[in-house]
Amino acid sequence: MATVSTNEFKNGLKLMFDGEPSTIVENETVKPGKGQAFNRVKIRKLISGKVLEKTIKSGETFDVADVLECDLAFLYADGEFWHFMNNETFEQIAAEEKAVGDAVKWLVEQDECIITLFNGNPIIVTPPNFVELEVTETDPGLKGDTAGTGGKPATLSTGAVVRVPLFIQIGETIKVDTRNGEYVSRVSK
Amino acid sequence: MNWQPSASIVNLKKRAVLLKTIRSFFDSKNVMEVDTPAMSQATVTDVHLQSFDTTFVGPGFAGGQTLFLQTSPEFHMKRLLCAGSGAIYQMCKSFRNEESGRYHNPEFTMLEWYQPDYTQLDLVEEVDQLLQLTLHTKPCDITTYQEVFVEYTGLDPLSDTIEAIRQYALSQDLGDFVASERCQDTLLQLIFCFVIEPKIGLKKPIAITNFPASQAALARIDQDDSRVASRFEFYYRGVELANGFHELRDAREQLSRFEEDNMKRKAANLPTQPIDMNLISALEFGLPNCAGVALGVDRLLMLATDSTHINQVISFDVSIC
Repeated sequence: MATVSTNEFKNGLKLMFDGEPSTIVENETVKPGKGQAFNRVKIRKLISGKVLEKTIKSGETFDVADVLECDLAFLYADGEFWHFMNNETFEQIAAEEKAVGDAVKWLVEQDECIITLFNGNPIIVTPPNFVELEVTETDPGLKGDTAGTGGKPATLSTGAVVRVPLFIQIGETIKVDTRNGEYVSRVSK
Repeated sequence: MNWQPSASIVNLKKRAVLLKTIRSFFDSKNVMEVDTPAMSQATVTDVHLQSFDTTFVGPGFAGGQTLFLQTSPEFHMKRLLCAGSGAIYQMCKSFRNEESGRYHNPEFTMLEWYQPDYTQLDLVEEVDQLLQLTLHTKPCDITTYQEVFVEYTGLDPLSDTIEAIRQYALSQDLGDFVASERCQDTLLQLIFCFVIEPKIGLKKPIAITNFPASQAALARIDQDDSRVASRFEFYYRGVELANGFHELRDAREQLSRFEEDNMKRKAANLPTQPIDMNLISALEFGLPNCAGVALGVDRLLMLATDSTHINQVISFDVSIC
């Protein structure tokens, strides 16, 4: 397995910490004029999402995490697994519920998601930044109302609930930012 | 291309003023400015200092001569002292490989000076005068390495066992390597960096004196307490600013410290370094009783300008030089 030393540390580098694939969020070197240098790093564990601070002796080496990110299209869910496909090689991969996590409410068939693989197994599913989903349930709104007033909750076809402007009706399709779960615009079909 | 300087022109003007202030400080004290080589055929053996090297090829050196960029001008300046220079100072570029970060650039400006007949505390006093002049600080606090450990950690770095020190480091969650670390100085430095340093010298500079003998570097061992060396460091607002010694004069002891360093280097799989035999010969001839100190000029300017990164006070940092 490839290793890297603290000199190669940079933000985004993926390493094994405590046996878990982790990514470096921050890295600072602390070096006394006379004496041992240390690296103070902030890492995020990829599977648990936990952010930790670690102090390391400069010069120590770590195993590189065999982590790969690929763009795969969402095909379908079969109740146990969520299936994705590489649109170029047609290779398919099945992700467990744990890997899909919160992304489940933003998965639209044929949308390309980023799948993070660790040792070949999917560990994180990241939906596209924007998805288009149909409104399946919402209170009837007022004609002529524009965005900016408080809005109302709307349930989307995937079960996600977002706040939408009052003029949005059942059956309409809306664009949502998956990073904050906020309504962006109405999509005309 | 990224041709613009990393420091603002305003900061570079402040830098010019600072250099002038430093020079006039030493002029007024009749300390002679010297200008020693940046390159040397030998270099430091310190396990924690990595030097750059290059190869000289030319008349008399057809086979190539390795030359090291100085990590500090100390060895050359000591040879001048042995030759009878009297009090000397120098502001020059020093070079340290593998160092880059908020307070480090691999090439930096060092102010180093030596005062014959000064003791450790005489020189602490003079460094403090320079800080008061350049940073308008109040007179510094002075405390020993042992006292500062006792005050902030309850540990006695001179008599506690490595296990007691380890237990403390573990209780502070100072890193996974602590459990298996075999070097007591590494554990002490770790605790100093992450527990003590953030709490000291916040309102005015602080001088920490009498470092453990195992961290003596080129300082002499205290005559009254052989557990400590006459070595001091200045800290101010989270910045390690200066390191000084009552200088070791014993050529044989100096040589054996260099040899010991090289053994530690071998054990750590680092290349051993050629020992500066010119320095050893000079010490054999005789170094005047003196104290010397090195101060980071870039860091001094960081403090004077409230800068958060060394890049803000040097014209072109390593990423754009």
